[in-house]
Amino acid sequence: MTTHEPAFNLSSESPGKIALRTLVRDRRSWVASTMLVIVVALTLFAPLYASLVSKTDPFVSTINGTVVLDGVEVQVLQQSTEGLKIGVNPIGPTWKIGPYFLGADNQGRDVAARLLYGGTNTLLIGFSAAALTLIVATLVGVIAGYSGKIIDSVISRILDVIWAFPVYLLSISLSVVLLTSGFKWGPLSLEAGSLYLPIFIIGLVYVPYVARPIRGQVLALREREFVKAAIGGGAKNSTIIFREILPNVIPSVLVFIPLMVSLAMLTESALSFLSIGVQAPDASWGTIIKDGLGLLYTRPIVALAPGLFIAFTAVSLNLLGDAVRDALDPKARLRGAF
Amino acid sequence: MLVSISILVFLIFFATPGVDPAARIAGRNADQLTLQQVRATFDLDKPIHIRYVSMMKHLFIDRDLTSYVNRGAEVWPQLTQAIPATLSLVFGAALIWLVLGLALGITAAGMRKSWVDPAIGIIGIIGVSLPVYWLGEVVNLITQGRLHATLFRWVPPLGYVPFTESPGGWFLALLFPWLTLSLLYAGIYIRVVRSEIVGLMQEDYIKTERAKGAGEKRILIKHASRMSLITVVSLFGLDFGALVGGSALLTEVVFGIQGVGRLTFTALQNFDLPLIMATVMYAAFFIVIANAVVDLVYAWIDPRVRRG
Repeated sequence: MTTHEPAFNLSSESPGKIALRTLVRDRRSWVASTMLVIVVALTLFAPLYASLVSKTDPFVSTINGTVVLDGVEVQVLQQSTEGLKIGVNPIGPTWKIGPYFLGADNQGRDVAARLLYGGTNTLLIGFSAAALTLIVATLVGVIAGYSGKIIDSVISRILDVIWAFPVYLLSISLSVVLLTSGFKWGPLSLEAGSLYLPIFIIGLVYVPYVARPIRGQVLALREREFVKAAIGGGAKNSTIIFREILPNVIPSVLVFIPLMVSLAMLTESALSFLSIGVQAPDASWGTIIKDGLGLLYTRPIVALAPGLFIAFTAVSLNLLGDAVRDALDPKARLRGAF
Repeated sequence: MLVSISILVFLIFFATPGVDPAARIAGRNADQLTLQQVRATFDLDKPIHIRYVSMMKHLFIDRDLTSYVNRGAEVWPQLTQAIPATLSLVFGAALIWLVLGLALGITAAGMRKSWVDPAIGIIGIIGVSLPVYWLGEVVNLITQGRLHATLFRWVPPLGYVPFTESPGGWFLALLFPWLTLSLLYAGIYIRVVRSEIVGLMQEDYIKTERAKGAGEKRILIKHASRMSLITVVSLFGLDFGALVGGSALLTEVVFGIQGVGRLTFTALQNFDLPLIMATVMYAAFFIVIANAVVDLVYAWIDPRVRRG
C-alpha cells in the first residue's frame, strides 16, 4: 500500500465483495437501514412500553375504566356530547409521555401500546412470509428449471394458474376458508386464528412471482459452459445444483428479499383490515386501522398512526430494495455509470 | 386456463383439508341433524366432481345458478349490477395512472443528471408504499370530515352514482376513488417506465440512432419510450384484468362502492359458493381477455413482432 495505485483495478475481488462495497457506499441503503432499525427497535420495546409507560394491558378492554391525567380522574370512554349524544368518545391523545399518549380506542385500550405490539406482529408476518416465499420459490424454481421435461411443465402449469389468479383474491379466499377451521394436512397443522395462518397463506400466494423468474434463470444457467463442464465431468446432480446453480441464483433471491417483505407486510395489513388476517385479541397495524375506522371523524389518530407506520416501513424496504438491486445487478451498475 | 382456475377455486372451498363446507354454511353450533339437512339441500353429499359439473352447468349453460345464502336469488343479476361500478372505477383510475406513470417515468429517465430524477423516484416509492385502503380513509377524513362543510362541500357522500342517472354526479362520486386507486399504480408505473428506458438507452439501436446524429430528446421519445411501452402494456394487461376482476375491492370497500370486488368479498364472508364461483370466473375471464388484448397491442407497438 505504499506504491502508487494501478491505473486499472485488476484485483480479483469476488462479485459478492464488490456488491457489498457498492451497497455500503450507497446513501440509500444507510437511510433505509436506519429507518428499518428504528421501526424494529420501537416494536421490540412494546412490552417495556406497556409496563413502564402506558401502564395498562393493551389487550384487555377497560370500558368502564378511569385514568388520572394531570391529577384529575377521567373516564377512559366518555359519553359523547356531540350530536345525538349516542355512543362514546374514547380519550384523545395526551401527547405527553405516559398513559394514552395517542389516546384510547373504542374499547379503552392504549393505542400507542397496541401500535407497538401490532408492529411486532406485522413485521413478524412480513419477514416470515417473505422467507417462506423465497425458500419455497427457490426450491420450486430450481427443481423445475433443472429437471426440465415433465416435472418442469407440470410445475410451470401450476405456477401459471396461480399467477393468473389475482393475489388479493387468492389470499382472501384462502383466509376466509382457513380462518375459522385452521388447516390440517398430514403432519402439518395450523390452528384457527393463529399467526401462522396468515404467514402460511401470504407466503404461498407470492411463490409464483419469485419462482417464475428463478426457473427462467436456472434454465439459462443449464446451458452455460461451466454447468455443461460439470455435467461432463460426471458431477452428481446435487453437486451441480449446490455448487454451480445455486450460487448464481442467490443474488436474484437477495434482490427479492426487501420487496417481498414489503409486499407481504402490505398484504397482511390489508387482510387484517378486512378482519381475515390477525385475529383479536392480537393486534397488527391492519387491525388497528380497522378499529380506528369507527372513530375516524372523532379520533382520527387511531387509524392514521398505524398507516403511517406501514408507509414508513414500506418506504424503507423499497429504498433498500432499490439499493440492493443496483449493487447486485451488474447491468444496473453499468446504467449508473452511464 | 379458465377451467383450471374454476377447478382451483372449487377445490379451495370444498376440498381443503380440515374444512367442512356444510359446517360453515350451517353455522358454528349446528347439530348433526342440521348438518345432514344442509348437506342434502346443497348436494354436498354427492361426489365432488359431480357437484363441480352441475355447478358449472347451472352457471354457464342454464344461467340460473342461485345463491346459497339468499335462497332463490340468482347469481347473474347480482354480478351484472356490480360490473358498471367496478368498470367505471378502474377505467378512470387506469387513465390517471397511465398518464402519470408515463409522463413522470419518461421525465425522470430524461433528466437523470438533475434533481428531478430522484424527486420523481421518491414519489414513486411513496406511491408503492402506501396501503390503498388507508389512503382512502385519509381522503375520506379530509373530504368527508370537518372540511366537508366548507372546502369540500361539492364532494357527494360515499357511494356510487350510475352514469345514466347523472353524469356529473358519477364523475364527482368517483373522483377521489380514482385518485386514491391510481396513486399506487402510478408509483409502480413511474418506477417501471424509468428503469426500462434507462436500460433501453444502452441498446445498440439507440447507439445507432445517436451515431446518425439524432437529438437526445428525439431518441428518448421516439425510440426508448416507445419500446418501454412493451413492458408497460404487458404489466397493464395484468393489472387491469386483476382490478376489473375484483382486486379493487379494498378501494370499493373504503369508498362504499357496490362493485364486483365488494360483491366477491361479501360472498366469501358468507361462504356463498355459487356467487364466489361466478365472480371468480368473471375475474378470470377478464384476465384472459386482457392478456389477449395485450398480445394485439404488442404487434402494434413493436414492428419486430409483426414480422416475426
